[in-house]
Amino acid sequence: MRDQVILRVVSKITAPFILVFGFYVIAHGELGPGGGFQGGVVLASAFILYGLVFGLAELDAIVPRRVTDGLAGAGVLLYVVVGLVGIVSGYRFLDYTPLRVTGSESAESWGMTLVEYGVGITVASVMITVYREVSQAGAAEK
Amino acid sequence: MTIIEFLLLDVILLCLLIVTSVTIFVLHNLLAATMVLSLYSLVMSLVWLNLDAADVALTEAAVGAGIATVLLIGALVVVGAEERKHPLIHWPALVLIALTTAALVYGTFDLPPFGAASAPAQAHVAPEYISQSVPKLHSGDYGSAKNAEDQPTSDNFHGHVPNLVTSVIVNYCAYDTLFEVAVIFAAGVSLVLLLGRRVAGNGGEP
Repeated sequence: MRDQVILRVVSKITAPFILVFGFYVIAHGELGPGGGFQGGVVLASAFILYGLVFGLAELDAIVPRRVTDGLAGAGVLLYVVVGLVGIVSGYRFLDYTPLRVTGSESAESWGMTLVEYGVGITVASVMITVYREVSQAGAAEK
Repeated sequence: MTIIEFLLLDVILLCLLIVTSVTIFVLHNLLAATMVLSLYSLVMSLVWLNLDAADVALTEAAVGAGIATVLLIGALVVVGAEERKHPLIHWPALVLIALTTAALVYGTFDLPPFGAASAPAQAHVAPEYISQSVPKLHSGDYGSAKNAEDQPTSDNFHGHVPNLVTSVIVNYCAYDTLFEVAVIFAAGVSLVLLLGRRVAGNGGEP
C-alpha cells in the first residue's frame, strides 16, 4: 500500500496522535476508563497501522525485533519488581504502600502507574510481535 | 436517560447484534465476514457502554474491533478470502448446537432477573468494595487517614484510586493481573518460537 498517497500521509499524521492517546489511556487508567491493557493495544495499533501502510521492512527499521522481544519481557519484569519492592520494604508482595507519594492526593500513584506501564509495555510489544509474525507468515505463503 | 430509553437503546443494539451475527454466518466471503465481525465488536462495545461498563467498552473497541480484525485479515492473506464450498446443513453439528443452545437457555432460568438488586453480582462482595472505595472518592482524599470517620474498618485494597475497576484489577486482583500479563508474554514468546525466526532457504527450520 506504499503507493497510496492518502494512506501514507494520513497514517503518518495520525500515528503520533494514536501514540499519545495510548499513553493517555495507560496513565489515566486510575481516573477514568482504561489501563495498561487497553492502552498497550492502542499503542500497538499505531505501529501496526504503520506496518500495514509502509510494509514490514519499514516497521522493522523503526522497532527492531530485538526491541519488542526485550520490551515484552521488561514489562513483566517491571510488574514483578514493583511487587518485590513491597517485600524488600517489609510489606507483602505487590503491596504498594512503600511506593506512596507522601503529601500527594493520589496515594497509589507510583505503584499503580508503574504496574500499568508494565502491563502496557508487554501488551504493546506482544501485539506488535503477533502482527509481525502473522503478516510475515502471509508474505512467505505468497 | 429514563429506564425506558435505556432499555429501548439496549433492545435496538441487541437486535443489531443478532443481525450482524446472522450476517457473519450467511456470508461466504471471509473478508466481508471479518468486516462484519469488526462491526459486531463495535456494536458490542456500545452495549457495554450502555451498561455503564466503560472499561470493558474500551477493551472491546480496541481489541475486538481493532487488533482482532487486523490479525484476521492477516490470516486471510494465508488462507484466501473465499470460504470452501460445503453442504449448507451439517446434521451432527446442527444437533450439537441445538443441544448446547437448549442447555444454555435452560441455564438462564436460574439467573436472577435483569437488573435485580438481590443478584449475587450486586449483593456478594461488590457492596464491600464500593463501601471501601467510594467514601474516599467523595472526600477527594485517597489513602491518607485524615478523615478517619469515612474510613471503613476493613481495607482489602491497601489504597484507592478514583476508578474502582482499576482499583480492583491492580490492587485487589494484583496477582491475577500479574499472571495475565505473564500469559500474554508467554503467548508472544511461543508465537516467536513457532512462527518466527525462519531463516530463508532452509525449509523453515529455525
